Amino acid sequence: MSHEPHSPPPIEAAAGGHAHAAVHPAGDQPLVGHLVPMTTLVVTACALLVLTCITVAVRYMDIGEFNIYIALGIAVIKASLVALFFMHLRWDRPFNMIVFFGCVLFVVLMMGFCLMDTSQYRHEQINGNPPLVAETLLQNAPNAPVGRFDQ
Amino acid sequence: MSTVDANQASGAPVPHSHAVDHGHGGEHAKHPFLAHHFETPAQQFDSSKLGMWLFLATEVLFFGGLFVAYAVLRNRFPEVFSYASHYLSTTMGGINTCVLIVSSLTMASAVYFAQRSRKRAMLVCLWLTMAGAAAFMVIKYFEYTHKIHEHLVWGSTFYVPPDHEIAVIEGSHEIAAPAAVAQGGASSHATAATSHAASTSTDSVGEVLAPAAMLAAGGSPSFVGAPLTELSAVKPASRGPLGVALSGSTDAAPHGSETIAEGHPSAHLEDATMPANVHLFFAVYYAMTGLHGVHVLVGMVVIGMLIYRGMRGDFNSNFYTPVDLVGLYWHIVDLIWIFLFPLFYLIH
Amino acid sequence: MTTLEAHKPETLDIHASSDNYLTHSKGFISWACTLDHKRIGVMYLVGVLGAFFVGGIFAILVRTELLAPGPTIVGPFAKWMGMDPADVYNQWFTLHGAIMVFLVIIPSIPAALGNFILPVMLGAKDVAFPKLNLFSFYLWVIGALMAVLSLLMGGFDTGWTFYTPYSTTSPAGGVIPIVAGAFILGFSSIFTGMNFIVTIHKLRPPGMTWFKMPLFLWAIYSTAIIQVLATPVLAITLLLLIIERTVNIGIFNPSMGGDPVLYQHFFWFYSHPAVYIMIVPAMGIVSELISVHSHRHIFGYRFIAFSSVAIAMFSFIVWGHHMFTSGQSALMNTIFSAISFSVGIPSAVKVFNWTITLYKGNISLNTPMLYGLAFLFLFTIGGLTGLHLATLSVDVHLHDTYFVVAHFHYVMMGSALIAMIGGLHHWWPKITGRMYNENWGRFAWVLVFVGFNVTFFTQFMLGSQGMPRRYYDYLPEFQTYHVISTVGSYIMSVGFFITAGYLLASLVNGKRAPANPWGGRSLEWQCPSPPPHDNFKTPPRVGDCYDFSIVRWSDEENGYVVDRSLDPSLRENPTPAKGH
Repeated sequence: MSHEPHSPPPIEAAAGGHAHAAVHPAGDQPLVGHLVPMTTLVVTACALLVLTCITVAVRYMDIGEFNIYIALGIAVIKASLVALFFMHLRWDRPFNMIVFFGCVLFVVLMMGFCLMDTSQYRHEQINGNPPLVAETLLQNAPNAPVGRFDQ
Repeated sequence: MSTVDANQASGAPVPHSHAVDHGHGGEHAKHPFLAHHFETPAQQFDSSKLGMWLFLATEVLFFGGLFVAYAVLRNRFPEVFSYASHYLSTTMGGINTCVLIVSSLTMASAVYFAQRSRKRAMLVCLWLTMAGAAAFMVIKYFEYTHKIHEHLVWGSTFYVPPDHEIAVIEGSHEIAAPAAVAQGGASSHATAATSHAASTSTDSVGEVLAPAAMLAAGGSPSFVGAPLTELSAVKPASRGPLGVALSGSTDAAPHGSETIAEGHPSAHLEDATMPANVHLFFAVYYAMTGLHGVHVLVGMVVIGMLIYRGMRGDFNSNFYTPVDLVGLYWHIVDLIWIFLFPLFYLIH
Repeated sequence: MTTLEAHKPETLDIHASSDNYLTHSKGFISWACTLDHKRIGVMYLVGVLGAFFVGGIFAILVRTELLAPGPTIVGPFAKWMGMDPADVYNQWFTLHGAIMVFLVIIPSIPAALGNFILPVMLGAKDVAFPKLNLFSFYLWVIGALMAVLSLLMGGFDTGWTFYTPYSTTSPAGGVIPIVAGAFILGFSSIFTGMNFIVTIHKLRPPGMTWFKMPLFLWAIYSTAIIQVLATPVLAITLLLLIIERTVNIGIFNPSMGGDPVLYQHFFWFYSHPAVYIMIVPAMGIVSELISVHSHRHIFGYRFIAFSSVAIAMFSFIVWGHHMFTSGQSALMNTIFSAISFSVGIPSAVKVFNWTITLYKGNISLNTPMLYGLAFLFLFTIGGLTGLHLATLSVDVHLHDTYFVVAHFHYVMMGSALIAMIGGLHHWWPKITGRMYNENWGRFAWVLVFVGFNVTFFTQFMLGSQGMPRRYYDYLPEFQTYHVISTVGSYIMSVGFFITAGYLLASLVNGKRAPANPWGGRSLEWQCPSPPPHDNFKTPPRVGDCYDFSIVRWSDEENGYVVDRSLDPSLRENPTPAKGH
């Protein structure tokens, strides 16, 4: 926050070391913002499609626990590609990047704490249904897998 | 919400008579889109972008809650998720992923052309994006209707056979027997498949069931806990799309999802190895993809507004903020789907 | 500031002119469709105070019911509504809580006072997104209407926290409307927060650096971060709750394999930070009150500023202390308990700095200052009892007793609302252009302060002796405390009615307010009262907003003026600074 400029900068809006739009009052150059070449966009899209194919392929490999980590890893890479190139985050103001990754961090924080909590009492949970509940199940959906209180 | 944001960012000239009072009349006269409280177009553009990013942050946290619910439930019922995932069509999900990625590309291209004042190309890209969104929703529609037809839905309906007069299937009766016997004399009610809510059963049973009914929301039937001991003896590794065998389909395709989808309604109920609480998978599935679908629909509306304004000639290289912001919104919709796809469709 | 302008008389453009934001345009439409942050702030203020009145009525109903064991006044209501007396009581305290939290305290300081003051204080012409600002006001209105709708549909009795499975099974008809209302109010809060963050980032005039911002703006900024990051989680939680209640998806339903504790995690991931949405802006107001009315530079500016941000960050990792007895695991209980203690650090940093600011200050005991001092006193009690509740073993004993009720009323009402009322008095001359009667103000303050302590201090004793919250009936031995508490609430109500009376009277026959009645230095005191439509006719000059050495009393203005000729750094022969 504190490294942000105090007053609005002149016309060159986007921060970062990349080529900036020059000042042109009219015509085919933007007044503000950052130009991304079309090739970059197309290459990004192709990379995303290839990664999609890879992640589908991984699904059919049996590598136990690692399946979800690989799938999530690929998803994170894809999401980063979208954010950095499609959403121009690579050339955008750093604070926008902070906002975005900050909020992801908070989701991770919430997820981490909730998982820590629920996995703590997972083994203490009653395995099966109390008799009356089991009876309700049998009443209403005889085909449902019915648990029974088997403490 | 995003609609409002886009409107905000549009910075349409605000009819304030004093707009030239601030000693910046020059800037404001040069840029008719510049709102009165901004000094320069760059300041306005930056503000709009920061506002949009903050809005996207709220979107991420909005979905974040559902992702946490997903994580907690999957952590608790891993077997449910690996089992139920096979009922989803990887093909359809994969096609939808590609559709969204391509529509993201066209959206980014729309921004590209807007920045260069190429109105026609921008409009073509926006229409393509719109078409992508529509295609996504059509595919989603077919997925949803198919699943609803199969009774692959959330909550108690998941367990309700389509034909209410269906007799209790022999096998499941046997499975149910131990629990029913434990009830002591209640086994005669085990065949009362037509009874939907505990409150509608006979008086004596109704009384007995009162605590259970209290647990269930709104008197709906409740389904609790873990499988029977017989069921839990089945190792998770051997669990799979058992509908293949039970529904009579002999197609031994390596991935059973499509074959299951061919089964008759509620084929899943005949699957003796189905773990308990599979309805939770579909609850989360519908909640997350449904909310995502709503965002796609909102995106279509906003893109439609962009097309309208674009045709009116509002956008050029000097002023294209709304296109940029809607682009950001559309990419975040894509980005969320990028996570939803492996989390639901690609569980091994 | 440039030396060229150093001796330019500052008083030229602080005279109230006939063209201010109130008179700029006329008619209902000009208010209903206004994009002026000041008018939106005033509309919020009216709405919030109206909701405060309604919430207060329910508070008085609850307190009156508790005058004696057994049904006291619920009986006739129960007969009239055809309900059980306990259900009527449940509805009362639920309504009191939900209205006060969602409709009053959360929007009171950021949305009402913040909207009015923030851009003026910052030296901006408006907030960054004026249309979004108006939209978020209307969202607030829709949320309030949903609360009314839920009353018409049979009310709700779930407690303001909407805990599952009670909220999913409660037979009350108004649960879905109020939950939807809270959902909508959440978005109102989100949009306000977004607006403020962007305004503070992008609309600071030249010279207004981060560390020249008044501390109120730091507090609002921290609040806005919480609003943007926490409120969406409330939105999704309430959405899931509505879905759960309507189509029974079972995510929170234990009888369907769902997890009701997960609901509490979600709810408190928002609602604990929401507590800081309420208290942090109040701390910002108090920083202003203490410094301006003791005419002394705030002590430890950066500490106060960063402690606001620190509180905002801490607020996200302590939510579990609401769930010590809810089946949360022992591990998380321990972690959350430990982190909860650490919130005491930034809070205490603030209290110490305010206290030191008072030291050797030239204190004027104006009404706003009295409320500021009340805040210091009450917040200290509220904060320290919070430490008791953060202690695991003690909390098991005190959970869901009146001790908790007393604690959060000391923080929510004794701190947040008292600071809000202090801020209202502080900026009332700026908002309305009128001075209220100072003597009535001080008198009403005495009633509010005494009444508050009589009401809620007794509840600490009630709670520690085991009186549970949310019951209309109780054992006879608690009656003395309950009667004292109820009498206190009556005293407090009288104080509030007097406050409303003299504030309204000031609109009619109050003295015209000078631009700077208290001797403030921040920018809002350097524009006329009430401010013109575009806040500043010339771009304001930014200085140290807590440097009161160049603020002097001016008889011709009948108020204070910022006299730069008093600034020793701008003169060859510096004169001693005159503190007033």
